[in-house]
Amino acid sequence: MITNIALVAAGGFFGALSRFGLSKLIKRRYPSTFPIATFIINLLGSFLLGLIFGANLENTWRLLLGTGFMGAFTTFSTFKLENIQLQANRNWKVSILYLGLSYTLGIVLAFIGIKLG
Amino acid sequence: MNFLLVGIAGIIGALLRYFLGVYFGQWWFHDFPLATFVTNMAGSFILGWFTNFLPRFKSLHPHVITALGTGLIGSFTTFSTFSVETVHLISAAKWGTALLYVLLSLWGGLLFSWMGYRLGLTADKAAEIVRGEK
Repeated sequence: MITNIALVAAGGFFGALSRFGLSKLIKRRYPSTFPIATFIINLLGSFLLGLIFGANLENTWRLLLGTGFMGAFTTFSTFKLENIQLQANRNWKVSILYLGLSYTLGIVLAFIGIKLG
Repeated sequence: MNFLLVGIAGIIGALLRYFLGVYFGQWWFHDFPLATFVTNMAGSFILGWFTNFLPRFKSLHPHVITALGTGLIGSFTTFSTFSVETVHLISAAKWGTALLYVLLSLWGGLLFSWMGYRLGLTADKAAEIVRGEK
């Protein structure tokens, strides 16, 4: 149990850091109304978690890379908050596009990841 | 410093999500991935609330607010697990549950995020009135 906790904690630490760092970088390089940073992070994470599940890794790696890293790297709450902020600013089209693309591509990329893994 | 705080908060968020899943036996309810769903709904509500509520406290350093929101709640909720679980449901030909999971996450997440966001706003405005700023 202690080992499992350490694995998830280590993954969570680097997952959160990577999301924060990558998000800052993308926002600075490509400022846009469309929340491209969270979008890319969630799609990339869905694909990679698919790969991890498809590869049938042993429990140690699944906890470190899957539950810990990819779980913390991707985010559902920020994704939803960005939509609420877009809607508060009446950017309906961007919000609908963001929601539609995130769900569709997220599921498709997770599927491709599982098949490739 | 900011990065370190976000990382530490990320540990707490990831562990909370892990414990929730473990202690409720992954919490699949009639094939429905309840643990992830509850985590994501609760996180959406709290992040919405934090966004408008925490900046009220002038004593809270902006780095702490980022750590609590982006770090803790951001890591607590997960999009990748949602995607993979949906693929598992589709692969098992559980179309109804898959559709229900996607639609409930889509609309439920927006609803909870909006409720939290509004709750934070109202509290913020109420505080301004109490302080005599309005």
